[in-house]
Amino acid sequence: MLEIKDEARGLISHGVSACHGCGLEIVIRKVMDALDDDVIILIPPGCAALFSGYCKETNVKVPGYQGNLENTAASASGIRAALKAKGNDHTTVLCFCGDGATVDIGLQSLSGAFERNDKILYVCYDNEAYMNTGIQGSSSTPLFAATTTTPGGKKVRRKDLTQIAIAHNIPYVATASAHNIADLQKKVKKAREADGPALLHIYAPCPTGWRSNPAKTIEISRLAEQTGCWINFEYEDGKVTINSKVKELKPVEEYTKLQGRFKALTPEQKVALQEEVTSNYNATMKKLQFMSE
Amino acid sequence: MAKKMLDGNGAAAEALRLTRPKVVAVYPITPQSTISETMAEFVDFGKLDAEYIRVESEHSAMSACVAAGLAGVRTTTATASQGLALMNEVLSMASGLRIPMVMPVVNRGLAAPWTLQCEHGDAMNARDTGWMQFYCQNVQEIFDMILMGVKIAEDSRVLLPMMVCFDGFFLSHSMQKLEIPTQEEVDEFIGEYVAKNMYLDTEDPMFCCDLTGPEDFTEMRYQQKVGMDNATVVAAEVMDEFAAKFGRKMTQVESYLTEDADAVLVALGSMNGTIKYVVNKMRAEGKKVGMVKLTQFRPFPAALVREALKDVPVVGVFDRSSCMGNYNGPLWNETAGALTRTNVDLRHFIGGLGGRDVPAVNVERMFNELLEIKAGTRTENTEWIDLKEGAMEIRQVTKYVRD
Amino acid sequence: MQNQQEKPTKKLQKCSVLGPVAAIFASANTGSWRLERPEVDFDQCIKCGTCARYCPPDIITIDKTKKECVSFDWNYCKGCGICANECPKKCIKMVPEGSEA
Repeated sequence: MLEIKDEARGLISHGVSACHGCGLEIVIRKVMDALDDDVIILIPPGCAALFSGYCKETNVKVPGYQGNLENTAASASGIRAALKAKGNDHTTVLCFCGDGATVDIGLQSLSGAFERNDKILYVCYDNEAYMNTGIQGSSSTPLFAATTTTPGGKKVRRKDLTQIAIAHNIPYVATASAHNIADLQKKVKKAREADGPALLHIYAPCPTGWRSNPAKTIEISRLAEQTGCWINFEYEDGKVTINSKVKELKPVEEYTKLQGRFKALTPEQKVALQEEVTSNYNATMKKLQFMSE
Repeated sequence: MAKKMLDGNGAAAEALRLTRPKVVAVYPITPQSTISETMAEFVDFGKLDAEYIRVESEHSAMSACVAAGLAGVRTTTATASQGLALMNEVLSMASGLRIPMVMPVVNRGLAAPWTLQCEHGDAMNARDTGWMQFYCQNVQEIFDMILMGVKIAEDSRVLLPMMVCFDGFFLSHSMQKLEIPTQEEVDEFIGEYVAKNMYLDTEDPMFCCDLTGPEDFTEMRYQQKVGMDNATVVAAEVMDEFAAKFGRKMTQVESYLTEDADAVLVALGSMNGTIKYVVNKMRAEGKKVGMVKLTQFRPFPAALVREALKDVPVVGVFDRSSCMGNYNGPLWNETAGALTRTNVDLRHFIGGLGGRDVPAVNVERMFNELLEIKAGTRTENTEWIDLKEGAMEIRQVTKYVRD
Repeated sequence: MQNQQEKPTKKLQKCSVLGPVAAIFASANTGSWRLERPEVDFDQCIKCGTCARYCPPDIITIDKTKKECVSFDWNYCKGCGICANECPKKCIKMVPEGSEA
């Protein structure tokens, strides 16, 4: 049995070496709080692997497995199949992966699991770069953001993970943010009940990688939604519900000025970024509106 | 016990079915594909009570199997060539996590150049991933080795995964008659699956495969090494037990007419059939030649190989893989290690690459060269035994480039 | 839990789990990282719990029955300042670690 050295009130220990103001740390706790201990968690290498533990000590109270960076969804399929073979239909198989492990290297195995309709709860916490290896750009890094492999700012826009998931016709897809916890937890509970794969794409600011003040993590998360850089919605059995209710978008600069990764933007780039965000927001909203009817 | 005609892949699938895996995840690849098809058929039409995961790659196949193994069921897959190479990253997960699974590997060369056909380069590429490797000579051996493999892998002294390797097309697609025991006999032999290293259980949580620092890494590897060491002992026991029950005996290292031999050839896989034929033929001509067939390659049965060869004057090792940059091929290297501090004159041959046949005439030529070395009439052997003449000119295209 | 095992094994066998597993639930002393510490002005606090909700290590406890309703587990508080930033009454301030209240 798991030996309890330091008790915690949730399923995750309180002292974990995540950076100051880590968005992921908030997200993983809230996700686990919305579940119970009938969960098997799969964590690939990345920041979330800090929760896997080190040597004989772990920071999670549920059974877990740290597989390879790109095979979390395939591993989850294997576990689901084994549980099914043993007659277990109640345990939740939870994948907890970063954006790199999801939209870059893990996209193939994720697509495979989606297509097979394997019942897994896949959470992608998106901090918009490879943070654990030192802030390298991923295909989730937004336009113009500086990372260590896009030091002059990223020249292309990001991938749209949720649309990729929806294209697989899976039962449940949703986005959520670190600042709206009630919404996030409601979605975790729905996702768990889905009759097949469920994807939760959760916005998780990273003060270290974004070069922002750790105290501003939640504020930045809120601003991402208010400026139209992030849209919260859910897709349930073919129908979309838009959760982000923003009457008038705030200027993107209110969001970017808090983050060092956008510090070097030229005046032209600032204009271009505003245009990109606005047009992407409008196009996405139009699409989502259409899908909500 | 029933007699049946099956090809190597059919025998492998039939053996796997009889071991009652609960999770099967296979991705098709030539020349393994019919295993993936047959396993799917077994599951779809109720001949095997298992979950079949139609994975989108070999990487995912191995990943799903490892995770299913961690969740406490018997699991299996099969692959070849590029597929095995793609799995490579997850192979060491399977062994490091002590998943006792058996996987048929239908040997085929690795690109480039593209080949669909037999050589051992694919399995040799994976020889240090912590998997056991056993090589088969014929269809019956494939069948038997898979049953024995499950028993060896799942032994609590071992708990390691095993590749059962056999030559693409030469065995995978060649129909042979074999004996197939009943389900009851197989059940009795391998027993019900007991997950001795089950980690993913909500009733008894543990975190599996978290980051391990230098303080424990060496010991984790050492535990694997002990499992590997034990495998040689366990394999011998299981092969005896199998022989007692089914009347067919395989051995880890098989010596044939080596005792008084002047020259002996060592090899893996199906070509041992040809070698044995040539040995018989040359013996009839009064030439003292013999053979050593290795079934077990990982863990390398060094003591057994040494015992089999230490008194032979000239030994040739035939590698069916090119192993670029190595000083001689992998089988030669291992054999040389086993023969340290003996007086054996150890020679090396490479051939049979990319599906090139190893005909009796080539085997005879190797034996004759070894005999000439023994007699002192020759100093060097022809290492690339079946190389065409003018090899460097083949498929050359002239192109002019500026300096 | 139902249906965990198809058939119970005949008798329980003790066996060692082999492989790299972590079976001790533990916590690092992340409180040692702290350079600044949150300090609550309880006169203004409305006991809303916002600070606790957003605390990354989840170490803030709210006891509405007490005046000093907010308490921190100093073993783990990293001093990130999210609680102070999010407080709707702005009644949490970050003070240098080691300074007296």
